[in-house]
Amino acid sequence: MPAPQTVIPLWRDVRVLRILAQVIFVITLVLVANWFYTNLSRNLGRTGIHVGFDFLHLTAGFRISEGISFESTDSYGYAFWVGIVNTLRVIGIGILLATILGLVAGVARLSTNWLVCKMASVYIETIRNTPLVVQLFFWYTATFLKLPNVHDSLELPGPIYLSQRGLALPVPHLTEHFSSWSYFLVAGLVLACAVYVGRRRYLQRVQRPGFPSAWALITFLGTSALGWFLLPRSPIAWEVPVLSRFNFEGGLQFTPEFAALLTGLVVYTGAFIAEIVRGGILAVSKGQKEAARALALNNLQVLRLVIFPQALRVIIPPITSQYLNLAKNSSLAVAVGYPDLFSVANTIINQSGRAIEMILFIMGSYLIMSLITSAFSNWYNRRIRLVEH
Amino acid sequence: MDCVETRMSDPIIVAEDVHKWFGNFHVLRGVHLTVSRGEVLVICGPSGSGKSTFIRIINRLEEHQRGRIAVDGIELTNDLRNIEAIRREIGMVFQQFNLFPHLTVFENITLAPIWARKVKRSDAEKQALELLERVGIPEQAQKYPGQLSGGQQQRVAIARALAMQPKIMLFDEPTSALDPEMIKEVLDVMGELAASGMTMIVITHEMGFAREVADRIAFFDEGRIVEAAAPVDFFTAPEHERTKLFLSQILHH
Ligand SMILES: Nc1ncnc2c1ncn2[C@@H]1O[C@H](COP(=O)(O)OP(=O)(O)O)[C@@H](O)[C@H]1O
Ligand SMILES: [Mg+2]
Repeated sequence: MPAPQTVIPLWRDVRVLRILAQVIFVITLVLVANWFYTNLSRNLGRTGIHVGFDFLHLTAGFRISEGISFESTDSYGYAFWVGIVNTLRVIGIGILLATILGLVAGVARLSTNWLVCKMASVYIETIRNTPLVVQLFFWYTATFLKLPNVHDSLELPGPIYLSQRGLALPVPHLTEHFSSWSYFLVAGLVLACAVYVGRRRYLQRVQRPGFPSAWALITFLGTSALGWFLLPRSPIAWEVPVLSRFNFEGGLQFTPEFAALLTGLVVYTGAFIAEIVRGGILAVSKGQKEAARALALNNLQVLRLVIFPQALRVIIPPITSQYLNLAKNSSLAVAVGYPDLFSVANTIINQSGRAIEMILFIMGSYLIMSLITSAFSNWYNRRIRLVEH
Repeated sequence: MDCVETRMSDPIIVAEDVHKWFGNFHVLRGVHLTVSRGEVLVICGPSGSGKSTFIRIINRLEEHQRGRIAVDGIELTNDLRNIEAIRREIGMVFQQFNLFPHLTVFENITLAPIWARKVKRSDAEKQALELLERVGIPEQAQKYPGQLSGGQQQRVAIARALAMQPKIMLFDEPTSALDPEMIKEVLDVMGELAASGMTMIVITHEMGFAREVADRIAFFDEGRIVEAAAPVDFFTAPEHERTKLFLSQILHH
């Protein structure tokens, strides 16, 4: 017998209530947005400000000494672009170095060696518990600006020169023999592909597991090395920075501002990544390792087939959020005078008075960078998610 | 002073005077045990008495500090080759299943044969299917462990251990983490395994299983085997007070 159909009064019907809540929310939103807009346009009208982007073509009138070349006769728009490139440069190198530092420090903190473990702990705890701005000031004023004058630079192996003017490193460049060497590179690539395909076919035929890509890599490196030794002179040479009257010339040079900002961001983010890495490895339960051992897998196989794939799932999402933090924290460049996008935009605001437009630009730039990173992170998470139900 | 009755027919595991300390804590205080080929030994005893530690020592998940252990003629020493050879002879099933959550049921079972026993992939897969038939869940092959019930997971764990074609199977409380309605399906698989002639050491408090399947029951207390006897004698005429107390606690609720 079906249940008797009773009529639910509208004000108690959850379906009606749900729709009603949505409608009220939208109406409120529209009202608030409208209030902001009328307020803004009334105030702007009163002070005679108009909003527009034509000022971007005006001549900047200031100089930027960092990154791609920029003259004071270039436009505001181009100045902002230089800032964006400078920001991307620090973020890109920063993410790479912070990941390496974090991996090393995270594994070191799990080490059974007392000294190694303690050193990692001290680094991680000190850095995580002091403000980043303070650390940036430390790296800039107490470290890089306290380095000796450019004429008595510290010389590290490489040679790498450290002075008040920043960091000068040797940079590789191609010699006239490079074109002959490139034949070896191409041959190596072709051979490597052939080896990969052949080895894979063989493994499939005999039904054995293996690493055909490792074979291919060795083939490629071997062929390239052979070419290197056969040529009369090496195809790549190092361009070493040389001291001229005022500064180093040649090689790769970093200003103290860039070096301080990069060091600060890398050391800071590295400490957080280290904790994530440690957590990830600990999160793979002891039982997993024991089960793999009991199945007579050797240590390397346990790590590669069981521990690593599981730790990665735990580690990747919080690490991408640390990458986002690094990107946003790079705006502290203004504290050490590195012309990143935020600092350049600040100068533009001071000179042109176009605060609203520039702030929209700044927020837009960081938003785009963050959205791209999150999109990638979400895609990756979906790909590696464990199936639970 | 060997308190364990040893049936001298073809011993496969020999443990003599095994001692183990965790720091200052003396966990195993001289365990003597001989297990014959094809024998099913059930180990019971109070929690914390060292049962798990002892069977984990047999396949070197823990190290013992004194005494001697040999498995199928291979001495358990610090020689990595011996350790891996012994692990190849022994399959182990854990209380918490410990299946690899990032691999499918099928991959869980074929992983070790392919990498450690160097079996052809197609042979490993054929064997995995047979094993899944044997533990009664051939239809779950492509699922992930997280999608299975506890009883199904433990049966996969048994299949995974069997895939290495071990001569000995160790079970550490295989049904303790299971809901009551799933215990039987796992015990049934273990019973069939025993009937097929597998040498087994099973830590369990399932006394019904012990009575029906075990050749011998060993009672563990304070790091020693206090007594060991055939099920009939063990249940009807336990010799030691501690055994009697334990049996009365475990059988009367
Ligand atoms: N890795 C370890 N470190 C320190 N103590 C341990 C460790 N593993 C087990 N123990 C201790 O050893 C004793 C015996 O443990 P266990 O062999 O698991 O007992 P059972 O399996 O009989 O319950 C317990 O008191 C336990 O706390
Ligand atoms: Mg136990």
